[in-house]
Formats: sequence, C-alpha cells, structure tokens
Amino acid sequence: MTVSNTIAAIAADVRPPAVRKRVSRRARSAAWFHGLMIPLSLLWITPLAFILFVAFRSFDDISANGLGAFPTSFSLDGFITVFTQGGVGQSLVNSVIVTVSTVLTSLLLASLAAFALSRYRIPFRRGILLLMLAGNLLPPQILLIPVSRICEALGIYDTLFALIVVQVAFGLGFYTFVLHGFMRAIPGEVFEAAVVDGAGDLRIYARIIMPLCRPALAALGALATTWVFNDLIWAMTVLRTETKFPITAALLNLQGGFVSQWNVVAAGAVIAAIPTAIVFFAFQKHFVSGLMVGSSK
Amino acid sequence: MTQTALLAARSQRAPGAKRPKGRSRLARVPRIIWVFLLLPLAAELALVFWPALNSFSLSMTTWNGVGPAVNVGFKNYQDLLTDPIYQTALINNVIWVVGFGGASVIIGLALAVALNRPRRGIGIYRSVIYLPMVLSLAVTGIFWRVLYQPDGTLNLRLEAIGLGFLKHQWLADPNTALYAVLIAAVWRQVGYIMVLYLAGLKGVDPALEEAASVDGATAWQRFWRIVMPQLSGVNSIVFAVTVIDSLRTFDIVWAMTRGGPYNSTQLLSTYMFQESFTVLNLGYGSAIAVTIFLLAIVFIITYLVRATREES
Repeated sequence: MTVSNTIAAIAADVRPPAVRKRVSRRARSAAWFHGLMIPLSLLWITPLAFILFVAFRSFDDISANGLGAFPTSFSLDGFITVFTQGGVGQSLVNSVIVTVSTVLTSLLLASLAAFALSRYRIPFRRGILLLMLAGNLLPPQILLIPVSRICEALGIYDTLFALIVVQVAFGLGFYTFVLHGFMRAIPGEVFEAAVVDGAGDLRIYARIIMPLCRPALAALGALATTWVFNDLIWAMTVLRTETKFPITAALLNLQGGFVSQWNVVAAGAVIAAIPTAIVFFAFQKHFVSGLMVGSSK
Repeated sequence: MTQTALLAARSQRAPGAKRPKGRSRLARVPRIIWVFLLLPLAAELALVFWPALNSFSLSMTTWNGVGPAVNVGFKNYQDLLTDPIYQTALINNVIWVVGFGGASVIIGLALAVALNRPRRGIGIYRSVIYLPMVLSLAVTGIFWRVLYQPDGTLNLRLEAIGLGFLKHQWLADPNTALYAVLIAAVWRQVGYIMVLYLAGLKGVDPALEEAASVDGATAWQRFWRIVMPQLSGVNSIVFAVTVIDSLRTFDIVWAMTRGGPYNSTQLLSTYMFQESFTVLNLGYGSAIAVTIFLLAIVFIITYLVRATREES
C-alpha cells in the first residue's frame, strides 16, 4: 500500500495541473514559514543584541535613558573596567588553564579505560562501564560536601589543581562510555592485523586505535570544552580565593561588586561568552554531531 | 553533562561492529591494560562514588564542619518533612520539571519539525536557535537579569508596544521570579532539544508521510499518527534528560536570584547549597542532597537500562 501510494504521489506530480497547484501551495507555505521564522529568530537573538548594546554603552547614557533603551553612546568603559578593576583577565587565564587540562586529561584517561574495556576480556566489563556512566549521572549535589572535605584533607583545597581533578573524575564515565562505543565499532581485523605484525598493547592503542577515534575525540573535545569552561558549581565548591576563580564564578562576584553598573556587568558576561561561542562556531559540526551521536532512533 | 550519554549509547552498536577475532588469543589481560582501566576507575571511585556514599552517612549527623559530627539518626529527614522552605523548594522543582521541560520540548519539537526539511534559510534559523546553547547558565542568568531590571529591555519594550500596564519587577516579585528564571532557562534549552529531535526526525521514513498525505491525512494527523510514533526513542531520552537536568538545576537560579526573593525561586539544589556552604549545616545539607539523589535515581536507572539495551 505504501509503495502504490508513493507511486500515485509521483504520478500526481507529473500531471501539469497538479504541478501548478503544488507550486502555488509551496509558495504559500514558504511565505508562512518565513513569516513565522523571521520574527521568531529576531525574538531569539533580541536578548543577545540588547546585552551587546548595554555592554557598549556609557554609564551616563544608561543612567540617563534607562537600561533597556536603544544606545545613544558608544563606549568601551565597561570592558576596560572589567579588565582593570574586575580581575577578569586573571579569571580568563584560570578558566583556560582549567579547561585545557581537564579536557586533555579526561580524554586521555577515558580513552585508556575505553580501550581496555572494548578490546580485552575484562571480567564484568559491561558492569564496570555502566557503573562509570552512572557516576556521571549522579546529581553533583550529593558529592559537593564530601568532595570539598576530601580536597581539604588532601591539602589541595582552593587550588586550580583540585578543580581539574574533581572535574576529570566526574566527567570520566561519560567520555569512557562514548569512546567505548566508537572503539567497539572498529573492525576486529584491524586489531588482529596489528597483533600479527607484533605490535604491543601500548602501540596498538597509540598508533591504531587513537587515530581511528579522531572524530569521536573531536566531538567530545568540543562538548567537554564548553561544559568545563561553563562550570560554576565545582568552582564554588573547591575554590575560595577570588584570584583563583574561573570566569563564571568571577562573573557572579562582578555582579556583586559593580551593583547597578550594568555596562560593566554586561561587558563581563559578554567576555565570558566569547570563548565558548568561538568553540561553537569553529567546531559547529563536531559540536552538533557530538550532541546527536546516536540519538537517531 | 548527562544529556548525550544515552544518545551515545546507540553508537555502541555501530554498523560493521564485529567481535575482534583476536580476542581468544588475548584471554589473559596484559598488566598494562589493567593499569589503563584501573587508573580512571580509581579516580572515579575516589572522587565520585566514595563522596556519594559519604553524603549518606553525613546526612545522619549534625555537623558544622569543625569538631566532630554528632550522630542524630533520621532527625534531619524528619526536620525536612516540616521545613516550609524545603517544601517550597520541592514544589518549585516540580514546577520546574513541568514548566521548563514542557516548554522547551514543545518549542524545540515544533522548531525541529519546521526546520527539518531542506529549505532556504534554515541554516541561519538553526544557528540562531542553537546560539544560546553555548552560553553558560551563569552567563545566561546574568544576561536575563539585565533584561528583567525595572528599567530594562523587557519593560521598556512592553511600554513601546502599548503594553505598559504589564510592566513589572520581574525578579523582585515572589510571584513572578520563578517563572522569569524559568523562561531564561527555556531560551537556552530549546536549541538542545531541537538538536535531539532533528536527529530523531532523520530516522523518520518520509515515504510513510507521503503515503498518508496522498491518502488525505492532514499535516496535523500525519504528525501525530505517523511521525510521533517513530520518535518514541527520542522522546524517552528527552524525558529522562529533562528530569535529571531539572533536579540538577543550580547555576542559573544562583546567578539570577540565589533562591530569593523570600525563597520564592528556591530549588532543591540551591537550598542544599545554601544550607551547606552558607549556613554550614552540613548534615542537613547532606540530607537534602540525598533526597535529590533519591528523586533522580529512578530516572538514572531508566536511562542506564536503555543504555544497556542499546548496547547489546
């Protein structure tokens, strides 16, 4: 029935009157489509546009004309203040250190675990994999107090190192799970050929498996970068000194320190958004494919 | 961070996957492979599972962080039952699951359907909808805080289009604050839900829809009778993700209202954080954390069961 209907549909398409009718209907539907989507898209970016307006307005303009008014001035004061008095430069450096170290360490450790679990007969490997994934699904709230205590006991509380270690441990399960899937999909012949050639385990991992996993690593890397960079709760849990804060936590402080100086607050928020926006646009394909991995069912 | 885990499950059985034939010869696991596995596993056990277990025992104590913790049995949990702020937080969390989940799913699904077929301009539309997704929840919160100010964009625009009577102190009024935060969160979430449904729609057979269309089914009927049933997999992912994320929601509320005014935007996570790190009621905070865990565990298990099924 499906087939015959499809044939009927195709047949209908070649009859001239039907074609004409179709074209006009298509034009009308396109008008509807853009008529709805253009206002919606504008509505969607309005918040971003107005934040940019606020960030580039002068304090006097804002206090005279209102925060939500269209700009009548152009000033970089907000951005200058954020860097000179807000300490945003330092916090950006902190964020970059933490993000780069966390993402690289996580992907390295996760790929090792995924390699072991996907290629060797480890007892209970399915259970271990799911246990690791389960750890990543836990609500972080149940970890916060003990984690801050453990960091204190280890003498690493209030260091960027603690923030890196904690985020690596929490993210590992997810990255391992995804990489395990990719590694299992690599045909066994590839692996076998390497064994026959006399390659050792380490060599197989570094020279064969990792290069084949490059797309998965890229997708995970893009996702992980935004997640780690955007984290707030772990930073608030293991850090106390303001000069060690990553940009998200610093931003909340900025909000308290520059009350009603909205151009400063907006400028800080814009600066905090720029790095992840760059990652997104540079790796949009990886990013979206990372989110989509396997969801088509 | 959980979001994609389930989605990833599918890749676990990518086409062409074969059991490595060399495996029988490798029955004995080399020592270095044990190191490969145990290093990450130990990190996770020490910094995820061990702390999680500790929260359970801490929740049975009264402790301010200095001196010894005093064991009080289930007292913290009994106190929670009569704690009005906890009840507010619990109700707010339910509102959050329904409102945040419902709105982002309806808008995200509608946009995915609209932007599914290749058409002029969909690339731009999609990018616009995706864009908020890359902002951190903290940045999103601050953005919207600026918009919601009494002389902010929202109020000024309302006035400009003749709806000045709707002007409001959105975040200062306990009646509107939670919904104001919720809208900001939905704005950011829609792009993500749209990605999931776009992926799901790729797996929908267009011939079926075409056939139904020829049979005279309206677009509405086609959507509910033909497309929706084929999206059941994505639907269950979206459902689990939404609930788990809702129970974790913290950053955006903390950035916008810190649970105020008068606890009107308090969620379980913010109340937990406040009790633990502001008031230093570590036992009580742990008890709240345990209740969050207990609410989440059902959905975590659902999620894992699905992941297992996908994998085998």
